Amino acid sequence: MGIRFILMVNKQGQTRLAQYYEYLTLEERRALEGEIVRKCLARNEQQCSFVEHRNYKIVYRRYASLFFLVGVDNEENELAILEFIHLLVETMDRHFGNVCELDIMFHLEKAHFMLEEMVMNGCIVETSKTNILAPIQLMDKAS
Amino acid sequence: MNPFSSGTRLRDMIRAIRACKTAAEERAVVRKECASIRAAVSDNDNDYRHRNLAKLMFIHMLGYPTHFGQMECLKLIAAPGFPEKRIGYLGLMLLLDERQEVLMLVTNSLKQDLNHTNQYIVGLALCALGNISSAEMARDLAPEVERLLQFRDPNVRKKAALCSIRIIKKVPDLAENFVNPVASLLKEKHHGVLLTAIQLCADLCIVSEEALEYFRKKCTEGIVKVLKDAVNSPYAPEYDISGISDPFLQIRLLRILRILGHGDADASDFMNDVLAQVATKTESNKNAGNAILYECVETIMSIEDSGGLRVLAINILGRFLSNRDNNIRYVALNMLMKAISIDGQAVQRHRATILECVKDSDASIRKRALELVYLLVNENNVKPLTKELIDYLVVSDQDFKGDLTAKICSIVEKLSPEKIWYIDQMLKVLCEAGNYVKDEVWHALIVVITNSSNLHGYTVRSLYRAIQTSCDQEAVVRVAVWCIGEYGDLLVNNVGMLDIEEPITVTESDAIDVIEAAIKQHTSDLTTRAMCLMALLKLSSRFPSSSQRIKDIVNQSKGSLLLELQQRSIEFDSIIGKHQNLRSALVERMPVLDEASYSGRRGGSGVSTSGINNIPNGVVKIVDAPLVDLLDLGVDEPTHPHPHPHPPPPNSSSGANFLHDLLGVGADISSSSPQSGGRNTMHGHKSGTDVLLDLLSSGSPPAPAPAPAPATQKSSSTSDLLSLTQLNNNNNNNNNNNNNNNNKASPSPFSALDTLSSSLPTPGASPMMDLLDGFGPNPTTPPPPTPKEEENGRTYPPIVAFESGALSLTFNLSKQPGSPQITLIEAKFTNKSSQLYTDFVFQAAVPKFLQLHLEPASSNTLPGNASGSITQKLRVTNNQHGKKSVVMRIRISYKLNNKDMLEEGQISNFPRDL
Repeated sequence: MGIRFILMVNKQGQTRLAQYYEYLTLEERRALEGEIVRKCLARNEQQCSFVEHRNYKIVYRRYASLFFLVGVDNEENELAILEFIHLLVETMDRHFGNVCELDIMFHLEKAHFMLEEMVMNGCIVETSKTNILAPIQLMDKAS
Repeated sequence: MNPFSSGTRLRDMIRAIRACKTAAEERAVVRKECASIRAAVSDNDNDYRHRNLAKLMFIHMLGYPTHFGQMECLKLIAAPGFPEKRIGYLGLMLLLDERQEVLMLVTNSLKQDLNHTNQYIVGLALCALGNISSAEMARDLAPEVERLLQFRDPNVRKKAALCSIRIIKKVPDLAENFVNPVASLLKEKHHGVLLTAIQLCADLCIVSEEALEYFRKKCTEGIVKVLKDAVNSPYAPEYDISGISDPFLQIRLLRILRILGHGDADASDFMNDVLAQVATKTESNKNAGNAILYECVETIMSIEDSGGLRVLAINILGRFLSNRDNNIRYVALNMLMKAISIDGQAVQRHRATILECVKDSDASIRKRALELVYLLVNENNVKPLTKELIDYLVVSDQDFKGDLTAKICSIVEKLSPEKIWYIDQMLKVLCEAGNYVKDEVWHALIVVITNSSNLHGYTVRSLYRAIQTSCDQEAVVRVAVWCIGEYGDLLVNNVGMLDIEEPITVTESDAIDVIEAAIKQHTSDLTTRAMCLMALLKLSSRFPSSSQRIKDIVNQSKGSLLLELQQRSIEFDSIIGKHQNLRSALVERMPVLDEASYSGRRGGSGVSTSGINNIPNGVVKIVDAPLVDLLDLGVDEPTHPHPHPHPPPPNSSSGANFLHDLLGVGADISSSSPQSGGRNTMHGHKSGTDVLLDLLSSGSPPAPAPAPAPATQKSSSTSDLLSLTQLNNNNNNNNNNNNNNNNKASPSPFSALDTLSSSLPTPGASPMMDLLDGFGPNPTTPPPPTPKEEENGRTYPPIVAFESGALSLTFNLSKQPGSPQITLIEAKFTNKSSQLYTDFVFQAAVPKFLQLHLEPASSNTLPGNASGSITQKLRVTNNQHGKKSVVMRIRISYKLNNKDMLEEGQISNFPRDL
């Protein structure tokens, strides 16, 4: 299992989406998110996108005001995760049309459905945007 | 319908939460929403169930408890419609986890959905099962999942494959059921299925050795072919990422090849070609390409040796290392860490570049690089590498110095080829980052110095130079002070000159200057100053002609507010002034500290107890910590049965014995009871000592063995003398935690000896009493004041806190007994001008760790010509007593000829430890 958690956090450090693939209590999650966000948000653009924290490696990428942070274990290919974040953003872009923080906030469940189609139990399921979005579009049509 | 349940829409709730300005407001909104959701839950409201669950997911994301919504998930899952099921499953995955018993209730719904005719519903169920399945569920539902691996729709097959990973991890026994289906999945074309099947395959290999063997035999060829196709595939828009066809799939393929090839030459051989192809053909100008190359390098490193490929891999890493993109460099360093165990030589070639990375501006890269360098160091390259690191230490960031210093010290200690090099490097580190060095490091340095007798002169001269330039680094100062005290004569006389040294002329007074500067430097802490005093005592014997000057310097500390310094100063003054015949023996050069036992102690093992019995009169053989002996109050020479060759004039035997007892007790006894403190050691001695003992034991509390005190096995006279004081030191441990117990000689034993003079009838004792009376700290208070009283009840000389033109402000400071953190200040204002100041107001402010209470002033008019004064009382409570000193900002306003005047200032000249 490579991916341990995926976080989307805004510039102010508020969590906008959190998906964990391992069990942490609510308190542990809050503490972890706080620590990671503090660490990552303090870094500048020139610095590399990887931060080691506890026994996680955080791969993060910033898109406008939104940070995408993915916690992985030590075996994971950091560059591939970076590519995965980009794929995630592109997929959301395709659905929402230039995705922004508010899209994710107000369509939290849709963001989760997309993520669900892409990652399951910490592994990547699908990398084709069409395949990822198909069930969601179907659902939108139905309602 | 419940009036609350209609409540707000999801959108409105999110808006309300966004509008919150404080965490308290947010909590209030969330509390209200939760209350209405609970109400809806208890009403079993169907209409808004899925909206409520969506709200709960949002609330959960914010980090609030949402357990009450768990049952709602189950109800939604059991609903027939797809939208309800979907939100229900999402809630299930977010709000629940495998540890909750509620989960058991969902097994049946899952089973039904896995068998549903709608493939999307099957997909939902698989996803949920894959994310949160417990072992029981895995066992119950494995047959369904196994069947779904052959489902007609590939989107279901891929999810079934990932779900299987969860199942075999929870129940490894089930692994064999999945081996055959996976083998057929690996032949598929659909990328999603391939991607997931490969991951399942990898996990099966980890769980089961048989599966690994099976895949190695049957599937290696197929996987190699898939990878070949992926590398050579024409443009496929759906999976293309910056010109590379599905990098995620390629990475997974490389990873499974790594597992299959590891430890198997045939399989490795089989994949050589395709790996070479990936390594050479993949574009390295895009992140996706680099991700593949990175994975490929790791695979090449892990599979069985094929020289050509390894060279290729190391070259790729070399390219990565020199890349300007920090991400690429980071992964290169990461990879080199793994490569070092396989091909250390190849990694060594990149040493220079790696060293550059240690100096990077990015903390993540620095950290990786430093760890890599640490692994790279060996006997052959330790010198150049250490030099590089030390050079960098000079310019590195403050927050990196700690890590860097620790690594350098560790390298030097571990790999130093010779002592002179060790000493040189350590001096450099201490000069640059002495404040970051841990105590053990400079303790170890002193041990090494004492052990290299041919380098004493060289070391002390180097230190003399070092302290001139780096007097702000405490560790340098300490080592230098210790060495100058110990080897001052070598410094002055240029003894043991090495060829490489430049000649240096140091006079006795230069050497003393250095120590005087150190003791006066404001940054020096208690330990350093105490060491300075000790060094001065030693120098007084090494440089007899400078005795008077040293005595003067020592005397300056007699008024020190720090008990430790005051006491040392008084004691040493008396040794220098009155007991010259004793002095040279007291400050003999330190015996060599045993490196082995020192490092053994550092390693946490006990100190050996052998070799004490036969040594006359306590030779310091076993040393617990250098610090213990840094202070060597009087290590007597090993060969003399009596500690001093020329006893005082009326050489009465009892006196000599007494002194002998005092200084040399325990030579034979401490070995029989090595753990006993000084008190026990004294038992069974002559009557004079018994009296002494009684006095001592009454003067010192029945202290438990001091925790940090090293085992009292030192049989030296000093240590016994000091171990008496150890008991006493327990009292003031609180005050001076940073001090080694043995550092101190607190007054009570000596004053007890002082009072002993009256009770000892032996006439011969008098010269000894004479000898000892200098130690009595305070003849007017025969029962020795406990340090606490001394600390609390003491008064301070008045300070001029503020002075500006005609106005001056003096503070009289005092402490209340029993509350050391409270300082009473009597402020006194005087006005030396000829004018009268009216409407005089004094204001003061202090930092947060202080509390200030101002009493009313005695008056608000201040007559001129210093003919009167205003007094005002202040009370300052220092919450960080002992850690921070008192500081204060003040403002004084008054009217001069009806004109408003204002004076401001900061008072920071309060005595330390206030």
